[in-house]
Amino acid sequence: MTGQKQATFKIWRGNTSGGEFRNYTTGVSEGMVVLDAVNHIQATQANDLACRWNCKAGKCGSCSAEINGMPRLLCMTRLSELPLEKPVTVEPMKAFPVIKDLITDVSWNFRVKKKIKPFKPRPPDAPDGTWRMQQEDIDRVQEFRKCIECFLCQNVCHVLRDHQMHEKFIGPRFLIHVAALEMHPLDTEDRIEELRNAHGIGYCNITKCCSKVCPESIQITDNGIIPLKERVVDDFYDPLGGFWRWLKKKSDR
Amino acid sequence: MSDYETFTHDVLVIGSGGAGLRAAIEASAAGVSVAMVCKCLLGKAHTVMAEGGIAAALANVDDRDNWKVHFADTMRGGQYVNNWRMAELHAKEAPDRVRELEAWGAVFDRTKDGRILQRNFGGHKYPRLAHVGDRTGLEMIRTLQDRGVHQGIDVHMEICIIALLKDGDRVVGAFGYDRERGRFKIFRAKAVVLATGGIGKAYKITSNSWDCTGGGHSLAYHAGAALIDMEYVQFHPTGMVWPPSVAGMLVTEGVRGEGGILTNADGKRFMFDFIPENYKAQTADNEEEGWRYTQGDKSARRPPELLTRDHVSRCIVREIKEGRGTPHGGVYLDISWIRKRLSNAEEHIKRKLPSMYHQFKALGDVDITRESMEVGPTTHYIMGGVHVDADTQMSDVPGLFAAGECAAGINGANRLGGNSLSDLLVFGKRAGEFAAKFAKENSHGEIDNGKIDIYAREALKPFEDSSGENPYSVQRDLQEVMQHNVGIVRDESEMLSALDHLKTFWERATRVGVTGNRDFNPGWHTALDLKNLLTVSEAITRAALERKESRGAQFREDYPNKDERFATVNTVIRKAADSGMEVRLAPLPEMPDYLKQVIEEMK
Repeated sequence: MTGQKQATFKIWRGNTSGGEFRNYTTGVSEGMVVLDAVNHIQATQANDLACRWNCKAGKCGSCSAEINGMPRLLCMTRLSELPLEKPVTVEPMKAFPVIKDLITDVSWNFRVKKKIKPFKPRPPDAPDGTWRMQQEDIDRVQEFRKCIECFLCQNVCHVLRDHQMHEKFIGPRFLIHVAALEMHPLDTEDRIEELRNAHGIGYCNITKCCSKVCPESIQITDNGIIPLKERVVDDFYDPLGGFWRWLKKKSDR
Repeated sequence: MSDYETFTHDVLVIGSGGAGLRAAIEASAAGVSVAMVCKCLLGKAHTVMAEGGIAAALANVDDRDNWKVHFADTMRGGQYVNNWRMAELHAKEAPDRVRELEAWGAVFDRTKDGRILQRNFGGHKYPRLAHVGDRTGLEMIRTLQDRGVHQGIDVHMEICIIALLKDGDRVVGAFGYDRERGRFKIFRAKAVVLATGGIGKAYKITSNSWDCTGGGHSLAYHAGAALIDMEYVQFHPTGMVWPPSVAGMLVTEGVRGEGGILTNADGKRFMFDFIPENYKAQTADNEEEGWRYTQGDKSARRPPELLTRDHVSRCIVREIKEGRGTPHGGVYLDISWIRKRLSNAEEHIKRKLPSMYHQFKALGDVDITRESMEVGPTTHYIMGGVHVDADTQMSDVPGLFAAGECAAGINGANRLGGNSLSDLLVFGKRAGEFAAKFAKENSHGEIDNGKIDIYAREALKPFEDSSGENPYSVQRDLQEVMQHNVGIVRDESEMLSALDHLKTFWERATRVGVTGNRDFNPGWHTALDLKNLLTVSEAITRAALERKESRGAQFREDYPNKDERFATVNTVIRKAADSGMEVRLAPLPEMPDYLKQVIEEMK
């Protein structure tokens, strides 16, 4: 560690009853990410600074926060891409209730997932209980399954962030989860009715903020939400087509 | 009963990675009530970091593969000190556990005829790793997580367990606190499954995350269970070495499986120079043959880059020590050279190794489709852990089970890549099944409130003196000592000095202080975790001292060769009556003739 170069971090400290930004200065070394700075500050200046992290490699999605106002993973944001002549602001995600410092209560997400109908495969294709799928038929599903559940897309979605419609809308993360299930070649479940009603897909008006912040670069809106919206429209406003697809799906089972 | 919030279940699973989730699913399917506690959020456990794949002899890519070959590969890789029964069960049951994941929604990469694709990996004779690009762990944990929550497991997130509770000899629950508010909790259970993963945070350079502090190893030890094979710590050959902030971060063996080569600063592909005798027959002796192997030529033998991890790590250390290392103290790992062989190399690399491409690009400013990576060994995995019965996964303490990395036996002196994810599934399932059975056959035990009061008082001690020593300083010093004195290359004097240091760290740990209150306070959590780190560090050091030979992951400069006297024993660590740590050697279970014959056939 060179130690000569310094940077100041303006980190939000507080809890449910309020808080404030506090400045911490720490050394900067080559390749450093914001999480390194936060961990260093925690180890040397503020042992009780609360921050979630696990893998430090952009794979677990624990360290989501807002850096200079942008929703990012702390572990994948290099200091070299930030203007260090002024303090770097680090604050918790805004769409979820704060617990302490950089930690928010994301339990709502886990409750939402539990309500989504699980995977239900068709009977196996081969006598040994296995299935056959072509790679090209699963590419899209694999894209959606790259999701690391960092919830940054939920954080920027204005339906959740600004309008707090957590009870009526499951948010981009779970629309992508539903899309991964609906487009899974083996799945036989039907989630279209819930998508329209309980999951509130209609509230999404395709501003694509979610896709922009996705650290896995999943095309949430274009590849996931829009095709799902089309399925909902087809089922509800094209009854003949809907009936045909229902029959077809049933015969596939 | 203390007035702490108390949860009562039939089975308590501690840990939410692959093994914990698989155990919880199985126990729950057996009809008992199951609680799972995890230090982090659900789905974030270290399994999520697993990259390469799940080893299982599905024989989808090479029909010569079967459980016998997998068994023999695992035993050879473990230098024959594995528990033979675990290696047998593992090889036989892994294929079913992988197929089961597909039935639960996992989407593996496919062969041309639509089956689960398998890739090459170190020490595996045939392409054997079912995978999803280089994010197999994420696929596995998400599949299990989704299956688990719909099955009705009670998940308690961000809970740390401080102690196991006993009634006589039996384990009857656990005591811990929630990270969010620091409130103590009692979990009563008829059976407890430890699935807490590894110990990487005892070292400075590691691929492991903050929570891999040997919690399960330590809980079991303090509850009276035996630990075995603790000297065997796996240093993965390829961790990132530059920039400093990512030092230790894993670079999947899949890079070498896809044709990546290791070279030194002179540009020499050094692995060809050191092929161990017992691998000569199955290792390529020229570059051309090695390349053909990675491209699926069944007549070719595998390149020496795909030798076992212990061996590759030592070769890398030697290159660096002898002055042929890279500017940042590693060697080169190059996948970009395949551009010479494949017209679509760039696209191929990005498709097969997307996370590696992204990781190097985003964190190291290296484009792996065009440049070499700089890599060096990183603390990755511990083969040692809780001694368990091979079939049931129960420890020496009734009612206490262990599965996955925190249990021991399957891997012997060195684990093959890909055998960890299959281990989690095979033995996670078994632990869940037999914990449920135990719970059905036994009633709840009595909780000792006196003990709970002691644990609670001890846990709050760091708050008494906010000017006490910083827990992070003790942790950092411990990591330095383990890194330098009990690392890849060991000798007696350095390890004895480590024991002296550990003694002072134990003392310092009693004097740590924390600021702030009990609400989500990482300083306090770090202080409480020191006991775990110190316990496993001491166990590793004492076991490594006891094994006066070099075998698998244990390399001793003062005893550089294998010694027959140690070929048939495990080191066993136990808490002695005087609370000191006791080490002894115990004979390995004798392998039955039919398995000896399998090993002979596969030579």
